[in-house]
Amino acid sequence: MTAAARPLDIGAMAKEAGLTAFVVLMLAIVLVGYEIRDVPGAIALFTRFPDVFAACLIAFVGRVAVILLREGYRDAVMIGAGVAAFALLIGLLPETLFGTETATRLANRFMPFEAPIVRWCVFAAALFLAVRAAVGRRKLKVEDLKAREAAADRAGARVQHIARYAGPALGAAALALPVLFGSDQQAMSVAILVMTYIMLGWGLNIVVGLAGLLDLGYVAFYAVGAYTFALLATTEGIEWSFWLCLPLAGALAGLVGVLLGFPVLRLRGDYLAIVTLGFGEIIRVVIQNWYGFTNGANGISAIPRPTLLGLSWDEEPPAGQTAFHQWFSQNFWPVEYSPTHEKIYLFYIILALALVVNWFALRARRMPIGRAWEALREDEIACRSLGINPTNTKLTAFGVGAMFGGFAGSFFATSQGFVSPESFVFIESAIILAIVVLGGFGSQLGVVLAALLLIGLPEAFREVKDFRMLAFGLAMVGIMLWRPAGLLAHRDPTVRLKAAGKRAKP
Amino acid sequence: MSETLLEVEHLTIRFGGLVAVNDVSFAAEDRRITAVIGPNGAGKTTVFNCLTGFYKPTVGCMRLLHTATGREFLLERMEGFRIAAQARVARTFQNIRLFPKMTVLENLIVAQHNRLMRASGYTVLGLFGYEGYRRAEAAAIDRARYWLDRTGLTDRADAAAEGLPYGGQRRLEIARAMCTEPVLLCLDEPAAGLNPRESEELNALLRFIKTEHKIGVLLIEHDMSVVMEISDHIIVLDYGRKIADGTPEQIRNDPAVIRAYLGEPEEAA
Repeated sequence: MTAAARPLDIGAMAKEAGLTAFVVLMLAIVLVGYEIRDVPGAIALFTRFPDVFAACLIAFVGRVAVILLREGYRDAVMIGAGVAAFALLIGLLPETLFGTETATRLANRFMPFEAPIVRWCVFAAALFLAVRAAVGRRKLKVEDLKAREAAADRAGARVQHIARYAGPALGAAALALPVLFGSDQQAMSVAILVMTYIMLGWGLNIVVGLAGLLDLGYVAFYAVGAYTFALLATTEGIEWSFWLCLPLAGALAGLVGVLLGFPVLRLRGDYLAIVTLGFGEIIRVVIQNWYGFTNGANGISAIPRPTLLGLSWDEEPPAGQTAFHQWFSQNFWPVEYSPTHEKIYLFYIILALALVVNWFALRARRMPIGRAWEALREDEIACRSLGINPTNTKLTAFGVGAMFGGFAGSFFATSQGFVSPESFVFIESAIILAIVVLGGFGSQLGVVLAALLLIGLPEAFREVKDFRMLAFGLAMVGIMLWRPAGLLAHRDPTVRLKAAGKRAKP
Repeated sequence: MSETLLEVEHLTIRFGGLVAVNDVSFAAEDRRITAVIGPNGAGKTTVFNCLTGFYKPTVGCMRLLHTATGREFLLERMEGFRIAAQARVARTFQNIRLFPKMTVLENLIVAQHNRLMRASGYTVLGLFGYEGYRRAEAAAIDRARYWLDRTGLTDRADAAAEGLPYGGQRRLEIARAMCTEPVLLCLDEPAAGLNPRESEELNALLRFIKTEHKIGVLLIEHDMSVVMEISDHIIVLDYGRKIADGTPEQIRNDPAVIRAYLGEPEEAA
């Protein structure tokens, strides 16, 4: 025991650890305790109560260790956590390395959880505690926090500087992506999904990052865009093509944005967030219940895919149309039909759309309207005193953001071939907002990183998708603790005096 | 000679049962510094908020005349941001309101929003690099540089406004207001929190604005070294009423003003 150790209050300790275990119990009963599985012909409810019990026990012991650490019993924690980590390592390693049945049985004896990754998480926690106890910890002071913030800003500035080269490099990488992974349909699907979210993130970034209007209902405009295209393309007698509908869908979503904006934008901050959240839900509920117009919860299916200058991507094109592979084989060299051709085409469409949004956002920041957005975010009253019309300025931000959401929505409809209200639930808005917050308000490169992290990684690790939301929450908490302004939070001036050159006032 | 720029008649502002400003009439002249003084709570800032459209007066009329063009504006009928954009009344705030995360230069460029907005074809032309917008932006930067030089902020132009020392923030707010090219500049306690040397610089700046830019200045101030030295005309408010109106010399010797500031003599009470 170290000299700094304070006498222990067993009662208080048990209370604190017990409370933690109780919270874990309440969460775990719903999240872990019950599981719905597909059995042949039906679904069945399974219980996993040993897992719940184990989770509570681990939380209790872990909390006790944290308390001991806090009270200065470093050696005890180090030895305890170290032994636990070592034991877990011996128990778990054989299964991961050899995967034999004996090894699995051995691992099961150590811990009830089924997924190896969860077991390894427990091991990581024990190891972390042991290392923490061994290294010791400096108390954080306010100055440290300030310094950390400044360091984060410097890092952001550096990245922003690199972004000048990294941006085009990333763009080139995106262009080359289909060449590298073009044959892998799964990879292309993930790439399209990530790209869609990048576009949505960039669109929302205009509203939230630049204009500072917290919009929790962004998915509503995505839905308007998707349904505009779905309805126009499938209604008999209209059946317009994707390229004709795309600007229409954007315009309509923008119009809806402006209409919603009128009554809403006099609100600020939290109030605005709540009302936009409500509007997002209203749009979804209307779509769900307006059966005659939108086909309700059944959604709209058989939405046509986009064509390349009239060339279809089907293996057997409908009468009067030519398929891409037929045309290509006739004019260049023979190609086999492949479903990935269409994926590659879709990827390039969404890439182009996203780049348009990016171009607009970067350009608009240097326009008077972009500066007015930022000024409005900083101080609305000062803006009014300078003759800036706050309503119009906010409405343009809202409308432009909504328009880009509509573009993305109409792309979503054509790439999926099917839309239903289920695709436009609140969690989608939350994910898009999380991408913007995680990336750093106003940072274009940050949105790309965050979309890769939040959308790409979970898609890549589909097998552990039960724990996706947990990891998601953990990431958000981590960001709020260590980088409250986002991964790449740094504001570059839109204009500099030094670079503007010296000129005398006439 | 100077002409009447602003005429306020029978201005009354009630908040529920509270009469903040009660039947105040005064005039401010072009190329003159008019000061509004009075004890705390006398209604000075309320008058300012009314002039700049943040409050609507309960009763009264506020007429602004552009002496160059002869156009007349009835301020009480205009929306807040239009008073700044069309009637060209600029103001500063008692508790400084800058755009803290934006740079000093950007603060001054934002102030020229409406002109730049027109030059950029309401953003559409500007997005595609329209030449006229580039020229307009260069001109805006030149105007900003002029005021930066005047307020001694040129060295800090590319730093965030929140990093400026207090006096610098005050000067930046005045520079920002001047970048809107106003005909009437309303300053709400510009010398609050300044040290004597900075007050001296402020006096020089305000005199410069008055003589070189030939605009009217309306000033709320508690610092008498500023008020008495630079004002051409002083209006005194107390409990929402105007109690005196005249030159600094007249105000200094006005019994009503002395009473308001120093209280009634014991025997008269």
